[in-house]
Amino acid sequence: MTEQTIDKATLSETPAPVIHVSPSPHLADQSLTTQRIMLDVVIGLIPVVAMALFVFRLYAVKQLAISIVSCLVAEALFAKMRGRELPLKDCSALVTGIILALSLPGPAPWYVGVIASFVAIGIGKAIFGGIGMNIFNPAMVGRAFVMIAFASALAASGYQDVNSSVDAVTQATPLDTFKQTGAVAPLSALFLGLTNGSLGETSALACLIGGIYLCIRRSASWEIPAGVISAALVLGGIANLADMDSGWTVLHHLFGGSLLFGAFFIATDPCSSPLTPRGKFIFGLGVGGFVMLLRLFSGYPAGVMFAVLLMNSLTPLINRWTIPRPLGAQ
Amino acid sequence: MAATQTKTVTNGTFAHGVHPPEHKEFSEDRPIEVMPSPVKVMLPLLQHVGAPSVPVVKAKDAVAAGDMISKGGAFVSAPLHAPIAGKVLKTAVSTLPNARHVQVVPIKADGEQLEGQALFDDVLGGEWSYEGIAQRDPQEITDAIAAAGIVGLGGAAFPTHVKYTRNDEKPVDTVLINGCECEPFLTPDYRVMLEAPRAVVAGSLLVGRAAGAKTIIIGVENNKPRAVEALREAAAGTGIQIAVLKTKYPQGSEKQLITAVLKRATPLGGLPLDVGVAVSNVGTAAAIARAVLRGKPLTHRVVSVTGAGIREPKNLLVPIGISYRELIDFCGGLKPEAARIVSGGPMMGFAFANLDAPITKGTSGITVLTDADVRKAEETACIRCGRCVDACPMGLVPTKIALAARAKDVDLAQRYHIMGCFECGCCTFTCPASIPLVQLVRTGKAQVIASQRQ
Repeated sequence: MTEQTIDKATLSETPAPVIHVSPSPHLADQSLTTQRIMLDVVIGLIPVVAMALFVFRLYAVKQLAISIVSCLVAEALFAKMRGRELPLKDCSALVTGIILALSLPGPAPWYVGVIASFVAIGIGKAIFGGIGMNIFNPAMVGRAFVMIAFASALAASGYQDVNSSVDAVTQATPLDTFKQTGAVAPLSALFLGLTNGSLGETSALACLIGGIYLCIRRSASWEIPAGVISAALVLGGIANLADMDSGWTVLHHLFGGSLLFGAFFIATDPCSSPLTPRGKFIFGLGVGGFVMLLRLFSGYPAGVMFAVLLMNSLTPLINRWTIPRPLGAQ
Repeated sequence: MAATQTKTVTNGTFAHGVHPPEHKEFSEDRPIEVMPSPVKVMLPLLQHVGAPSVPVVKAKDAVAAGDMISKGGAFVSAPLHAPIAGKVLKTAVSTLPNARHVQVVPIKADGEQLEGQALFDDVLGGEWSYEGIAQRDPQEITDAIAAAGIVGLGGAAFPTHVKYTRNDEKPVDTVLINGCECEPFLTPDYRVMLEAPRAVVAGSLLVGRAAGAKTIIIGVENNKPRAVEALREAAAGTGIQIAVLKTKYPQGSEKQLITAVLKRATPLGGLPLDVGVAVSNVGTAAAIARAVLRGKPLTHRVVSVTGAGIREPKNLLVPIGISYRELIDFCGGLKPEAARIVSGGPMMGFAFANLDAPITKGTSGITVLTDADVRKAEETACIRCGRCVDACPMGLVPTKIALAARAKDVDLAQRYHIMGCFECGCCTFTCPASIPLVQLVRTGKAQVIASQRQ
């Protein structure tokens, strides 16, 4: 009797339902995908890109176009070489391209961006096995390569072009000026970003706006920038106390150079940073610590790139140290 | 052991967890309907945790409603009783939604059956008096629970008398009655709390007396204010506290409930008893009240038939052993877009295809999901974003465990406490790369057990 009724119920409409089985859970948060996380990073970068375009004009347009196009081409090329499907839809190459461009000096010649992009995607990511398998932040691998290969283009002098029509580019970078002459840039200029530097790093304000968006969306883990900023505050504070006359205060350390850009957009790359909240904070502390060490004691005025790469190499170890204690474990 | 807590909890919660869409709207406002008595029921001999029960009837025996069909096969086991009057048929085998092949005793209906409002009044309705409960002998309560074949009705189906058997080494100071119902869609517990709050309270008082607990707390998520209201009214003057908890999955999990209400951490691999707590579902409490106060065994339960794939979602009072097909049929059948039929809720329930399988004591609902509900993107690489770490209510690192299981690395999986996982599915729900994390963890657990056997 019952079978007849269900037949009626199912046959009265066409097509009959196709039932399939699968292990639980049967629901998934469909709004959350890798692509969405990468798009969040792009959205978070909008204020930074806007500020770069405003301050550096055509320099920024040029570097962004070169790096984005090169990264996408490199991604397609390496995927083809590995016999993989075109992975462009996850948008990670787009993110790498933007971050790489924003970490370069405006006047750097075009081939610097192209080569950095191919190294970033090829050596930074593809040879490890593609997205998720890379140990180092791809954009920083590319930048490190060109920094060594084209030392002059990325040295302090590479940032400056005295004949440029763009104001910011005619000056030396604030950190370099301070290192050479002891002259201190006004805090407001550092905060707003009206100084010379890598394209994305100059405006602390833009980095904060985009970065806070990323943290609220949880597409970047807040523990990492929190760690970086804490380390910079403590070490910068100590340096500040040790040399009260220098005028380069702890706030200059925080808003100057690429510290905030690195804290929110570079160090937060999920693939190359630890998994657990505690691990992420330790990673952030390490990045901030190394940045301050390099700033205070080395010839490189800005050390975010080296700090991130160094901590990337420690990530597997940090993961091992920070296996969380499960609920109820002794 | 932590001291007994007497403060009333509001907005208690546990760390991590997820917020799946609640979807209670399909069935929450449908009063419990009594399912017409079926022509046949099939009673699986194993429908609980523990040893299978042993038949005490043989084919062609005539049985009355409530007669014992099989007795418990061990201390951790439970007897079965006939939900209808009829004739016992030859023992058969059926495949339950959890993929277990079990022996079943079929009973063909014969003679007068209790139906409609009379049946509802017998199971949940009527008067529930709390008088004399405090003077009852605890052992008698536990014995009545055991004799009635009561197991946890929340889904796990653990024999209830085992939890309330006095253990002098591990005394129970607090009984928690679980009305969280954190699984999306399902509403049987909600309807029982609304329509039979006094049965729930009476059962709670009985198990509190049986366990010798000083404190009895009923925990309800804050998305069920009407249930909280009904329970408060029913519990007035009894000393029972109502804890209102944040709505978050898996709040109804035993360990998470204990953390949220009492701030006690159940040891990894341990039982609530280890922290002086016993936990039972609200539906179980109502069944206990019926067993002890009315002397009736567990023969019926409330089941939600719900989801966007069912024509007329309902809450039904059904005899145990009725087929899934009859329930779906009674609710108007499947819609054309139905894609998956789940026994239980969508987070931890079992998808199955054998509609002739019988409803068991642990069946809280039938959730019929549609293509839109279950559509899932293709798996991509783990980008180590750590969302599964943020979701795991046990504080594990699901991606590490899952990838260790995929690589069959038992040592690595154990270093990350694989056996602490209770398979709630929060990690898979949240994973942006659509990796079947909890599914891999299950295979990893099997690897660990296999390696320990060697």
